[in-house]
Amino acid sequence: MSPRRTPTGGRIDRSRSIRFRFDGADCTGHPGDTLASALLAAGVIQFGRSFKYHRPRGVLAAGIEEPNALVTVLEGDVREPNIPATRIEIFDGLTATSQNRFPSLALDVGALGQLGGGLLSAGFYYKTFMGPAVGPLKGTAVWMWCERFIRRAAGLGRAGTAPDPARYERMNAFCDVLVVGSGPAGLMAARAAAASGARVILAELEPRFGGSTSFSGETIDGMPAHDWAASVVDDLRGRANVRLLPRTTVWGYYDGNLLAAVERVAGRRPDARREAPRHRHWVISAARVVLATGAMERPLVFPGNDRPGVMLASAAERYAAEYGVLCGERIVVFTNNDSAYRAAAALGRAGAVIGAIVDLRQEISAAARALAGATGAELLPAHAVVATNGARSLAGIELQRFDAAAKMLSGDRRPLQADCLLVSGGWSPTIQLAAQAGGRAEWDMALQAFLPPQQAEGWIGAGAVIGKFDTQAALAGGLQAGNAAAGPAVDGSVPPAVDAVALDPRPAAILEIPAPGKAFVDFQHDVTAEDIRIAHREGFFSAEHLKRYTTLGMATDQGKTSNVAGLAIMADLLGRTIPETGTTRFRPPFAPVSLGALAAERYGDVRPERLTPMHDWHVSNGATMYAAGLWQRPMVYALSGESVEQAYVREARTTRERAGIVDVSTLGKIAVQGPDAADFLDRVYTNVLSTLPVGKARYGLMLREDGMVLDDGTAWRLAADDFLVTTTTANAGKVMQHLEYLLEIVWPELRVGLTSVTDQWAGAAIGGPRAREILGLCVEGTAVDGQALPFMGIVHGEIAGAPVMICRLSFSGEMAFEVYCGAGHGTHVWDALVAAGKDFGLVPYGLEALGTMRIEKGHVTGAEIDGRTTARDLHLDWLLSKKKPFVGSMMMDREGLVRADRLQLVGVVSLDGTALAGGAHIVEQLDVKTPRRSIGHLTAACYSPALGRHIGLALVKGGKARHGTRAFLSDPLRRRFGPVEIVSHHFYDPEGRRMHG
Amino acid sequence: MLITCPYCGPRDLAEFAYQGDGNRTRPDPASMDQDAWNAYVYDRHNPAGAHHEFWQHSGGCRAHLAVTRDTLTHAITSVAFARELGHRRSLRRDRPERGG
Amino acid sequence: MREYSAFSLLRNALSGNRDWRPVWRKAAPRPAYDVVVVGGGGHGLATAYYLARQHGITDVAVVEKGWLGSGNVGRNTTAVRSNYLLPENQRFYEHSMKMWEGLSHELNYNVMFSQRGCLNLAHTPAQLDEFARRGNAMRHEGIDAELMTVGRIAREVPGLDTSASARFPIVGGLMQRRAGTARHDAVAWGYARGADRLGVDIIENCEVTGFRREGERIAGVVTTRGDIRARKVAVAVAGHTGEVMRRAGVDRLPIESQVLQAFVSESLKPFLHTVITFGMGHFYMAQSDKGGLIYGGGLDGYNSYAQRGNLPIVEEVTAEMLALFPGLARVRLLRSWGGTTDMSMDGSPIITCGPLPGLYLNCGWCYGGFKATPASGLCFAHTIARDEPHPLNAPFTLDRFHRGTVIDDKGQGATPNLH
Repeated sequence: MSPRRTPTGGRIDRSRSIRFRFDGADCTGHPGDTLASALLAAGVIQFGRSFKYHRPRGVLAAGIEEPNALVTVLEGDVREPNIPATRIEIFDGLTATSQNRFPSLALDVGALGQLGGGLLSAGFYYKTFMGPAVGPLKGTAVWMWCERFIRRAAGLGRAGTAPDPARYERMNAFCDVLVVGSGPAGLMAARAAAASGARVILAELEPRFGGSTSFSGETIDGMPAHDWAASVVDDLRGRANVRLLPRTTVWGYYDGNLLAAVERVAGRRPDARREAPRHRHWVISAARVVLATGAMERPLVFPGNDRPGVMLASAAERYAAEYGVLCGERIVVFTNNDSAYRAAAALGRAGAVIGAIVDLRQEISAAARALAGATGAELLPAHAVVATNGARSLAGIELQRFDAAAKMLSGDRRPLQADCLLVSGGWSPTIQLAAQAGGRAEWDMALQAFLPPQQAEGWIGAGAVIGKFDTQAALAGGLQAGNAAAGPAVDGSVPPAVDAVALDPRPAAILEIPAPGKAFVDFQHDVTAEDIRIAHREGFFSAEHLKRYTTLGMATDQGKTSNVAGLAIMADLLGRTIPETGTTRFRPPFAPVSLGALAAERYGDVRPERLTPMHDWHVSNGATMYAAGLWQRPMVYALSGESVEQAYVREARTTRERAGIVDVSTLGKIAVQGPDAADFLDRVYTNVLSTLPVGKARYGLMLREDGMVLDDGTAWRLAADDFLVTTTTANAGKVMQHLEYLLEIVWPELRVGLTSVTDQWAGAAIGGPRAREILGLCVEGTAVDGQALPFMGIVHGEIAGAPVMICRLSFSGEMAFEVYCGAGHGTHVWDALVAAGKDFGLVPYGLEALGTMRIEKGHVTGAEIDGRTTARDLHLDWLLSKKKPFVGSMMMDREGLVRADRLQLVGVVSLDGTALAGGAHIVEQLDVKTPRRSIGHLTAACYSPALGRHIGLALVKGGKARHGTRAFLSDPLRRRFGPVEIVSHHFYDPEGRRMHG
Repeated sequence: MLITCPYCGPRDLAEFAYQGDGNRTRPDPASMDQDAWNAYVYDRHNPAGAHHEFWQHSGGCRAHLAVTRDTLTHAITSVAFARELGHRRSLRRDRPERGG
Repeated sequence: MREYSAFSLLRNALSGNRDWRPVWRKAAPRPAYDVVVVGGGGHGLATAYYLARQHGITDVAVVEKGWLGSGNVGRNTTAVRSNYLLPENQRFYEHSMKMWEGLSHELNYNVMFSQRGCLNLAHTPAQLDEFARRGNAMRHEGIDAELMTVGRIAREVPGLDTSASARFPIVGGLMQRRAGTARHDAVAWGYARGADRLGVDIIENCEVTGFRREGERIAGVVTTRGDIRARKVAVAVAGHTGEVMRRAGVDRLPIESQVLQAFVSESLKPFLHTVITFGMGHFYMAQSDKGGLIYGGGLDGYNSYAQRGNLPIVEEVTAEMLALFPGLARVRLLRSWGGTTDMSMDGSPIITCGPLPGLYLNCGWCYGGFKATPASGLCFAHTIARDEPHPLNAPFTLDRFHRGTVIDDKGQGATPNLH
């Protein structure tokens, strides 16, 4: 093979040069070149190595279906592996390397694998490496040892570890008509739809619009086809109701006529602006879709068909017409259909010698004969290529006579010189998107091709995708589809006339030549015709079994050039038709999509962050922040030199001795309002809320419908028909949804409105023996003494001019107050409280101290309310009203929920000073070596400054009955063991004297 | 998948939260029929075909919607406010006694 | 049937690979069997295998609606692990794990079970405590588990963002070293071959359209290939449980069929050698021996039999993947697929006699069914043969929901899409 650039021709800009690097060598090309065309122009023949046998491979195709020529594009340390060279527009500075070879493309030690020959056939791995059944190597050891070597050899390109500095974005679009593909059918459809005023999006995966018009050499409307295409594109570009999306691959057809597409905005293209996103992920909601996705040529299966220099006929035609690259000097064409004759003629005109046209068919149409005659090629009907030869690349082929009816070769082999063999096995309509939309592909006997399933409501097909291979029919179909898709307004115009050679679209029903030797069906995965025979012998008949057993069609090209041939061979072996043998289901994506595009703006920013109004204060006052779900919360405010433990112990101790303040803005807050609000709350809380006086709050518990605890919190009655309900931080969303569901679906008759006000209120809890004094100093408009503000009382006032609502309730167990104000005043009020507390030794405290004080008090939180605990398990049965039904009341007494051996909440005290930790287990008998028989686990633990001991809360089997007994801490993961005593979970001030004051 | 919210129009699936089977009947709050409660919480018809189900437009107006959707094709044939459906249903039975 | 070995491979290679025989016979249904297993997926085939192998019941047919292994055994992310929280699940899945360790030998078929480890990443100290609870629970049941520091995780998993500046910094992880991956199709084919060798008829393209009854008792199936009488009928049809059981007159079950997607990237040089999960969302990934990154996330989250997923999950899963591995932004998604999962109300399976006489039910695998295949087959076969559960599946009853003895590993309650 000796490809070269022709002196003229192609749609490249020869006036400018582009410099790029491939495998370390400097190369040049022109604007308009792909990496494949530029390398071919530079005489490069070998592009890659195959997956299994590491065979040298050239470029087979010119488009998205390319199976062989995969490269890695490098941008500094950032790697983009497995990109077909046919899909890369060259630009200055482009750096690409070949893949799956060591040490180099030309010399690859992996190719030694070919010596394994028949051993590495389909099913190889299932039949060996099981290792011995007994002894030290039994089990998985032998396989895993072998697998290490298999994995070393496996894989195509190498992924990088460096983060991608590029940006990705997602775009929603809405249109009346989405046209996929911009060949004659697509352009015609887009123009017709646009003329009717419909909002049209035209997506084309290539950089250039026009599809086959770029290389067909046909005449449309009296002008060269590509000029006609350019005029239509110009017309569309001028319309406000049309959006043109070149370089945009529509890859997914989802429910509700949503189509997913990826646009290459800045990646792999020459004219990118720096600030542009690399890829744009389009989600297009289309009322109707016109699928004008064309067809892909498929190769023939014969021995040596993978040698560099063997290429699809239409690909060579494209390289010549679009890029001014001639793929060989002496070309032989091997075909089962007419379309390759047009390619032969075009290449002859471009300057190649067409040595011969080998046709599997006996009968050849007059039109094809005329084309062959014009090239001066020897026409060999009823012949087949049975071998290829050449060292690095194709040097010649061998022919034999072939009887298509009997599928028999005969006569002597005849050698023929050729540096390029163009093959055509007919065309496979690009039905992937249509098939994704639903339904089964239909086999067309005459065209030897799968056509799309029955057209569904959402889409219309036009052109080659529905088997209309000739341009005139494609234009007519496009016009019709565009009109139909746009709705009632009908463009009365007729499609433009086409001047083209009329070729017969029907190929011979032969894709495989029965000659001895390795004949490849799936090039990238090295699946041979023989592999399919083995699959047949072993009973893997169905299309899916064939695919899975041989890996046919599972490579990066997803079998675009191989699936039909594979099925055809299996069908032959079974003596069935192709549709009886089946087709695999097409699933998204149609072609590989970058993960960056799919993540879009969430790349580098996977979730939003929630910050409380006082966030900046915490950060600038030394807080170590902690991610609690999406929230950022202070963990500790460590003084310099303090460890986390020292800090939380100081914070908790100071709070108990003087006063502390903590940001509780993250608590879920729901306004429950309306005449039936109290009734509603009675139904959802286990306790009675309707008796709560205005101006008072009450602790409350909610169960799930299945009787397990859902959440706990407080309900504040602000007015007869106005409650503020708080939830735990983690369950805010869940509780809101639970209440909304009940209100809308179960009790729509209740006159209640629910509003999430979590983000509207900033909250600070101030607690400790001096808390009331501090509050008294800064609150105006209300007294805060025991009379005005009793336990669970609510008052309204002002702090530093900002309206506040204060409830005297306590989580820490101290005399404490929750102060709420509008979120915008959060820091202002917080500042005022901190300033007022200065002389009282007030400290801000974080989650660790909060957790410590709640453990000391035995309050439960998410670690105990883990979805598997009941109110009784947590000693909250005092909240279960017997006077009324509530959500979960009929389910909470079922046998499984009241068993005596359930995990129940207890306190645990370390007896030997071993630090306890959440997640450690409790056992009755300690066995450090082989831990056994856990009776429960610690949910939370801390060093208690109030008790001066390591304590924890635990859920222990039959825990209530174990108070006062000894057990052991068993934490093999952290290698901590030691004696503990099981006690009541109320460690500190069990009577609540401190908070009641 | 698009769901046409009666308030907000056709919106992407990502805006909605599935709220489950719409065929279940919650017993009257005061009902002592344990089997009926168990069935309500745990048992599902789970049809292959038309399915009555609830969705919440959680990323939009937050309304609960009663949707009929084919579980074989995902095609949606009807969408209504669950509140209205529920209200009509509740009018047929006596208004439950206020708990107390 | 001849044994597979390196020797048989060599002999066949030398003779042009012409002597391989079908891995299982293409059996036609006979009029009657002792046991008909409905569902030719992993669990159904394993059940048939163990009925023959452990209980000497060889007069067995497996009837499959489509092609063998066309359900979830052929469309999952292949992880095998026993890192559960609750003892009932731990014991069952650990038994399964032990069976996996010898499965290639048992079946004379390399199912490529590779114990490459499963690492759950923790992103907050509280989450690490939760993982410690689970890991310690495993250790107390004799199952391997270890906590890993960030430093070790960084050394073992190249490309993982272990920096403190990550959106959700990794603070540690729970590793089960004996967990791993297997070649999913090989499991179906290996059990099919093993069962076939013991005399089981495997009947593909045979859909059960109804059940035969003798009085109250189920006494066979009506299929698209004719009626088949059976003393016992065992149903193991995963996502299709609802529809198949409806044909037996069982209209409601604690099961919802939902769609779960899975994804595979283009083939890359292997760099990820463990199964890894994200702690601040729902994402898991492993890299196959062919080099593809196989990954998945949460359910699409609604009832579906369509085996087709939707975009929001594709985007969500990818965003989570890149949060862990920012260097993969330019790697490309190759293929996605959807499977119909049988989500139970507590996230745990059901293996039971009944609910009708003569009928046996195996379902509720949520998306953990693949790793359960050997133990599920073993226990279901035991349940069918002895008319009582194996001790391992005794807790997995159908009546546990009503009785309140649920096995809720995630603590989500009766919301299938959250398990």
